[in-house]
Amino acid sequence: MPLPYSETVMEHFRHPRNVGRIDDPDAKAVEGSPACGDMVAVYLKVDPGDQRITDIKFESYGCASNIATGSIITELAKGKTLEEAKQITWKEASEALGGLPPIKTHCSVLAVDGLRAAIQNYEERHGLVKERVPTTVEVVNKRLKHVMNPMTGLDVVRTKLVKEVEISGGTVRVVIDLPADHQFAANIREEITDKIEPLWDVDRVIVEFTE
Amino acid sequence: MIGEFIYLDNAAATRLDERVLEAMKPYFLETYAVATSQFGYSPGIEAKDALDAARATIAGVLGAESEEFIFTSGSTESSNMALKGVAMALGEKKGKHIITSKIEDFPVLHSARALEKQGFRVTYLDVDEYGRVNLDQLRETITPETILVSIQAANQEIGTLQDVAAIGAICREHGVLFHTDATHSFLRVPLDMREVPVDLVTVTAHLIHGPKGIGGLYVRKGTPLAKWMDGGFQEINLRAGEENIPGAIGFAKAVELVTPEETARLQNMRDRLIERLLQIPHSRLNGHPTLRLPHNTNISFRFVEGESILLHLDMRGFAVSTGSACFSRSLEASHVILGIGGNHERAHGSVRFTFGRFNKPEDVDAVAEAIAEVIENLRAISPLGKE
Repeated sequence: MPLPYSETVMEHFRHPRNVGRIDDPDAKAVEGSPACGDMVAVYLKVDPGDQRITDIKFESYGCASNIATGSIITELAKGKTLEEAKQITWKEASEALGGLPPIKTHCSVLAVDGLRAAIQNYEERHGLVKERVPTTVEVVNKRLKHVMNPMTGLDVVRTKLVKEVEISGGTVRVVIDLPADHQFAANIREEITDKIEPLWDVDRVIVEFTE
Repeated sequence: MIGEFIYLDNAAATRLDERVLEAMKPYFLETYAVATSQFGYSPGIEAKDALDAARATIAGVLGAESEEFIFTSGSTESSNMALKGVAMALGEKKGKHIITSKIEDFPVLHSARALEKQGFRVTYLDVDEYGRVNLDQLRETITPETILVSIQAANQEIGTLQDVAAIGAICREHGVLFHTDATHSFLRVPLDMREVPVDLVTVTAHLIHGPKGIGGLYVRKGTPLAKWMDGGFQEINLRAGEENIPGAIGFAKAVELVTPEETARLQNMRDRLIERLLQIPHSRLNGHPTLRLPHNTNISFRFVEGESILLHLDMRGFAVSTGSACFSRSLEASHVILGIGGNHERAHGSVRFTFGRFNKPEDVDAVAEAIAEVIENLRAISPLGKE
């Protein structure tokens, strides 16, 4: 069948691994929301001694690439130490799945973010986090690297769509080099807001377009 | 490949009826000449006669005169022609205001947006929770500069029917032209030009088991419309280009084959499917319970996402459609579900089932059982909807 998904993606979609909840997790995180169309919950059990992930489960409200990526990252992360698991990238997950369609990148990035957020949650709960750093243009750009350009499947920073980032008193203004009525404008705005708004010292995110 | 496959996306495309194909064949292989004037050679005259007959058939079911029906390449072109043709004809003369609704299909919506870029003002009317436009709002919105109201006869996703007669009457009263996109309701819901005051109507062949690539625009006599395609003098000098005669023949044949009995049969399937699907917990009907297309069922299932539902159903041999953002080419959730006041979640979990001639009554039970299982499985892995 000429589906845009690889055999491996479809296999994980049909039979997702490590799916469900851990009742008494050492850490958990939810990324995304019903509004953005994809949502992933990740649950961890961690060995307090060597900080190895002994059990991991995920739940997904989302499309096939979201479910498949959730499945593959749990397989990749299981048995790894938190430091090792942190290094798992979207690229690795995508390669393990035999590639993902560019337009679906954002749904799969979400699953990788879910794993990182769960690890962060563990670190926060166990006093392993450093001081909170104030949001800078650099911090914003780092987050924007997780916002995908659906035209290419590469992030908006790399594909030079971010024209300007400005921070003043809790308001972050991002200018995207696309017309406001572009096919993906609404989607990109939503994604950027979702990524920047949770920063502890950000109250408001304004996404503007160049024409 | 579509053998045992149960196809329930007849609002997207329908299987060509073999009788339509047979009717078209001679116009590819024998009567392939260009339709010529009465002074041309005989094969050309034969082609012209066949084209005229096809036009008369289609105009006839609309209660229109032959010369009021123009063949186009399909409903997208028809709606572009209606909006932009009126805008070009009246923009400078009368005014630059157009009224449409928020839940129109893209040919109308995007034509309106394109006109906005050229200096036209467009009002997008709100709709109620069922998708019906507010007639009072329409009345209040019409100004002396208004040149056209374009409101669909039936919605492409949720199937809601508009009160075309009442809208037409309001337009008449204010001396404003009225276009309706009847792509999805053509022959399934009665629409007679002798009874309904409408000036332009978009129709298409490919949703009534006719061929793709042929549609039409009804243009009431005297309606100001700018020439759409420059070239020859075809289609009452509005749309140049050699006529698609096999397409026109196929369109007319498809029109002849639709019967009220068939539509009643589709409606039975629709009603049974709605009833079965509403038994699934956390499901709700999108669109109006009775004022809806006879072959359209559209249900939102909470806590699950449409593309996943669609793929699972595909693996089980069913074709359906969804309003989920993940499924759309722009990654935007259905503007129709959002337009009727639904949230993104309701759009993402919406599934459209549309019946056609080749569906059998047992398809209803088959898809109802399959979807109940799929929803249950997807809810089991969803983080939503638990305690």
